[in-house]
Parts: sequence; C-alpha cells; structure tokens
Amino acid sequence: MTDKTDFLNGNVACAEGALAAGCRFFAGYPITPSTEVAERMALRLPKVGGVFIQMEDELASAAAIIGGSWAGARTMTATSGPGFSLMMENIGYATFTETPIVIVNVQRGGPSTGQPTMAAQGDMLQCRYGSHGDYSVIALSPSSVQEMYDLTVKAFNLADRFRTPVFLMTDETIGHMREKITLHSNVEIIPRRELKEGELPCAPDENGVPGFGTFGMGHNVHITGLTHNEKGYPATDSAEIHEKLVRRQVRKIEDFRNEIADVDIVNPDAELVFISYGAPTRTVRQLLNDNPDTYGHLNLRIVWPFPDESLLAFKNAKAFIIPEMNLGQIAKEVRQHTNIPIVVVPKLGGALHTPAELLKAVEVAKTVKKPVTEVRL
Amino acid sequence: MNLEDWYRQDRLPHIYCAGCGNGTILNCTLRAVEELDYKKEETTFISGIGCSSRAAGYTSSDSLHTTHGRALAFATGLKLVKPRQHVIVFTGDGDCSAIGGNHFIHACRRNIDITVICMNNNIYGMTGGQGSPCTPYGAISTTTPYGMQEQPFDLCKVAEAAGANYVARWTSFHVKELTEAIRVGLETPGLSFIEVMTQCPTSFGSKNKMRQVTQMLDMFRDNAVLKAKADRDAAKGILPSPEKFVVGQFVRRNNPPLGVEAAK
Ligand SMILES: Cc1ncc(C[n+]2csc(CCOP(=O)(O)OP(=O)(O)O)c2C)c(N)n1
Ligand code: SF4
Ligand SMILES: [Mg+2]
Repeated sequence: MTDKTDFLNGNVACAEGALAAGCRFFAGYPITPSTEVAERMALRLPKVGGVFIQMEDELASAAAIIGGSWAGARTMTATSGPGFSLMMENIGYATFTETPIVIVNVQRGGPSTGQPTMAAQGDMLQCRYGSHGDYSVIALSPSSVQEMYDLTVKAFNLADRFRTPVFLMTDETIGHMREKITLHSNVEIIPRRELKEGELPCAPDENGVPGFGTFGMGHNVHITGLTHNEKGYPATDSAEIHEKLVRRQVRKIEDFRNEIADVDIVNPDAELVFISYGAPTRTVRQLLNDNPDTYGHLNLRIVWPFPDESLLAFKNAKAFIIPEMNLGQIAKEVRQHTNIPIVVVPKLGGALHTPAELLKAVEVAKTVKKPVTEVRL
Repeated sequence: MNLEDWYRQDRLPHIYCAGCGNGTILNCTLRAVEELDYKKEETTFISGIGCSSRAAGYTSSDSLHTTHGRALAFATGLKLVKPRQHVIVFTGDGDCSAIGGNHFIHACRRNIDITVICMNNNIYGMTGGQGSPCTPYGAISTTTPYGMQEQPFDLCKVAEAAGANYVARWTSFHVKELTEAIRVGLETPGLSFIEVMTQCPTSFGSKNKMRQVTQMLDMFRDNAVLKAKADRDAAKGILPSPEKFVVGQFVRRNNPPLGVEAAK
C-alpha cells in the first residue's frame, strides 16, 4: 500500500485520520458544524470492524466512548459548543479515571446556540478549564485539512501515552474547507501501556502514568470517579491521597509541556511576532508570505499544555500580536508567561481575519507600551 | 468459583447502613452470576452514583463506577466494543429515572444486551433522603416535607414500553424469586430490566412510619401482588388498591438485541 492523495473537507479528513490511527468506536450526536465527522465514521467504521453509534445526547456520547475505551478500543466523539458543554461532566470523569479518549470540537460561534454555521475559537478556555476541579488536558489545533488528519492521529497517540482526554480544537472554517491531502498508508501508532501483573491499577510509573487495566483481560480492576488510592479503591476522606492524586495527574501532563509542544517558529529574530493557532494561522502565513522577513510567527499546533518555552525563541520581540476568533482567550495565557507587550486582535462573527486587519494590529504594535492592548477591528 | 469469590474481599465490609436492602440485592445478583458459572474476565459491573451504585465496588471482577445517571451510556460503549462481556448495571431509582431517565429509555429502546438491576428504595438515599421520581404519592422526604405531590414512575412499564426484552419486579423480601429473575435476565439477550423494591431504613422508612427494617419487609410481603393474580383481578374489573404493587415477570420477548456478537 502506498500513500493516497485526495481532496477532502477537514471533517472528513479528521474521520480518516481517526480510522488510520486505529479508532474503532465512535459515539456521537449530530451538531453543526461537526456532523460530517460522525457521518463519515458511520459510513466507514463497519467496513473496518468497528462500531458507530448515535447516542441520545452528548452526555451519553462522552460516556459511551469512555466505556469503549475501557473495553480496549481507541474511541472518539465529535461535537461543537452546545454539545461540548454537555460533555464537561464526563470529561472530568475521564481525566480523573485517566481514560484515553479523543474529543473533536468543531467550534462555532457561542455562547449558547449562537452561530451554528460560523467559525469561532470561543471554547479554548472551556476546553482547558470547563469541568470542575483541578486537572490538565492536551489540546491540538489544526490549521489545514492535512493537519486535521495528522493531528487526529497524533491526538490518539497522546491520549494513550498520557492516559487523558485529548481535544482536537478546530473550527467551522477548517472543518468545512476542502484541500488536497495525503492519506498515509501507515501511521505511527503508540499504544497505551497495559497494566502489568502485580502492578496496582492506579500506581504511576516513572512518567506519572499508571498501566491501563483493559476490561476483560483478567485484571479485575475497579475504576471510580471518586478520589481513589493506588488500588483504585475509593479513599474520599484522605486529604493526603486526594492531593497526591490530583497533583500527580496534573504533573503527568504539565511536566511534559516541552515534550508535548508542537509549534512552528518563523523569523525568531523579528521584533513584531504573531502568535496564532487554527484558522487565523492561515491569514498570518499569508501576511508573512507577502512581507518576507518582516514578522515573526509562533504557530501552535498544540495549545494545551501551553508551550510557554517557545516564547523564549523570540529574543528581540517587542510585541506579541495575537489574532483569535474569540475575545482573547489564549492571549490571557500568553500574558502569564511574558512581560513583553501583547496586542490582542479579537474577531467574532465567523469571518477570518484579513491581512489588512493584521496590518492594522501591526501599526498598533509598533508603538505599544501597555502590557495588553486590544485592537478594535 | 463460589459466591465469596465474586466479592471484592479487601473492600468489605460495605458502607451500607444496618438493615439496608442493597446488600441482599447484591448477594442475589452474585448468586445468579455464580449459578451461571460466569468467568470473571467475561463479567463487567457498571454503576452510576448513589448507595445502590456503590454495589459495583464490591464485586471482584472489572467494574466501572461512573457518573450520576449515566451508567447505561458507559455500559453501551463498553458492550459494543466487547460484545462477549456479560455487562451488569447497578442503578438506583434516582440514578435510573431522574438524571438518567433519558439514557434508561434509550438503552431499553436499543435493547442493548445488558442486565440492569435497579434498587428502588423510593428515595435519594445517598444524599440523605430527598424525593425521587419513585417516591410514592404523599410520602415524606426531606424535599417533600408535606408529602410528595407528584405521581411516581412505574419503571417496569417504562422499560417495557421503551422496548426491553426482559422486565421483572421483585423485592428484597423475595430473595429466591429475585435471584431467579436475575438469572433469567442474564440469559435473555437484549436489555433485561429488573426492578427491586428495597428498604432504605435510614432515609425512607424512618420518615414514613416504618422505623423498623422488619416493618418495611413486612410491607413488601403484604403489598406485593403476583402478576398472575393482578391480571386475574384486572380481568374481573377489580381495581388494585394504591398501596399494592405488582411483582413478577412482565415481559420476556425476543426482539433483536444490540451488542451481541452474532448480530454485530
Ligand atoms: C450530577 C450529579 N448531581 C447530583 C449528585 C448528588 N447525588 C449523589 S447520589 C444522588 C441520588 C441517588 O439516588 P438513587 O439513585 O435513588 O440512589 P440511592 O442512594 O437511593 O441508592 C444524588 C442526587 C451527583 N453525584 N451528581
Ligand atoms: S442511606 Fe439508605 S440506601 Fe443508603 S446505605 Fe443507608 S439504608 Fe441503604
Ligand atoms: Mg434511591
């Protein structure tokens, strides 16, 4: 088998990436603009020995893929804002029970039902913080159809390596646009580490990740969303066990920020540096093309955990310009890691930033002194 | 394996109050599993949240203690990926019919090959005795201090109407019949729903003039009407009195199930 070239939309490419990564169970509930992911999985999964199911809602979709994951499959769901909100409860369950799952959020304009057919990046903080309690997650953000495919594959590997929910935080633009794409005949698969005999089901290894006690393999594990000890048994009254568990689960991801980081660094000597992820990356790239060697660019393929060390690559930076299709969600995170002035370029409503709008931000950035300045487009 | 082997010995004794009916129901379930000679690696217990749902933590094979009301959705995913597993779900009246009501209806409709054991104590036990969708009309709970003003669900009718292949109701008093019903439920492909009326002396009995555990068990014995008798009465036009409830097997049918290996 050889690689295959195709011309697909982003959502279909995402489904194909999942299949290539060995995803064999998908549970979902239709919602614009993510539905093509489910439809493609419904069509393709039965042909490769997998199972597709349309659940009664997104609470159930998230629950079903967690159940499927404990049965040993790579599992996924896809949704958009309203469904993402419903998934928060079981996302928390997945983080606390260390269940590998992949959740695709094809973002649309919110809050509430908002703009069903318009692109947005308004769920970036919800993705990081939306469920209750302290936890950490991994989130990827593709800016092309090819990346929809490649990063979906990567999402499954990260989910298994870190035993955590991994989010593909894309948007309507990338989900619905068509581009040429290479479908690989072979993708790298890094399987989850099975629990070894004699190993406790919730005791961490040297990476802070326990072995996975797949159901039906004779491990006889008990898995609970209550605070649990290393055996996996409820231990809700112990402050010590609770703190140790929460901190370990956060650290198993945060300590590997730099291993997880996946960024493009362009023109690191530049004084004015764009930071972007997802659809706005495309406009930034166009501007850089039109004005070679003028601006720096940090493109984030992985947004969470935030790859803060990559900011240090821009030694001459006088300002970071951050175009986002929200009111500056990742700009807040950048602010926590740098004293360099930040120019926030929010855009709501669904249209991409234009190069002219980015140039307007450049003009502001040239003389900016305040820690944070918002450009009104 | 014998019955003790099905208990997770290093987690005993369990958290249930003295006189709670849940231990009896767990015991009947494990006895049925043992009678069927299931293997541990083929048997998975899944539950939601509540006193009843803690039962999954006391079984010795793989078990998943999930979120409130959602056990059936978790179970659906697990069963579809591993159809060879015998999947048994423990749930409570609140877990199953309030927060999990939609999942319950849809699991029955799909007729997914899972056995659901609902411990109906007519109350939210774990949170200290609030009213549930199964709290009888007029009954006292901490959130119905003047008596419940809503009608309760008949969970078996819901399960039957929604499409479950096997539906039965017994009580914690009817230990033999209950064990047998669970066994039949486990052997019936598709969704098997077994409702067990059970006593929560702490949060229900104490507020509803049944302070003694024996009073509740006597009530189950006296108020349970066998299905055959209820049918005969109905044919004669005799109306059931409101404190009575019907026990027995309501349906056993052979509609196509989801999540069994052959049908996959
Ligand atoms: C989302 C959510 N809401 C509320 C609760 C609190 N809660 C825990 S158990 C319970 C009621 C359980 O009642 P039931 O299912 O009848 O079980 P029982 O304790 O009576 O066996 C509630 C409301 C919760 N854990 N999660
Ligand atoms: S509160 Fe009620 S249901 Fe819960 S353990 Fe006590 S008696 Fe049983
Ligand atoms: Mg109850």
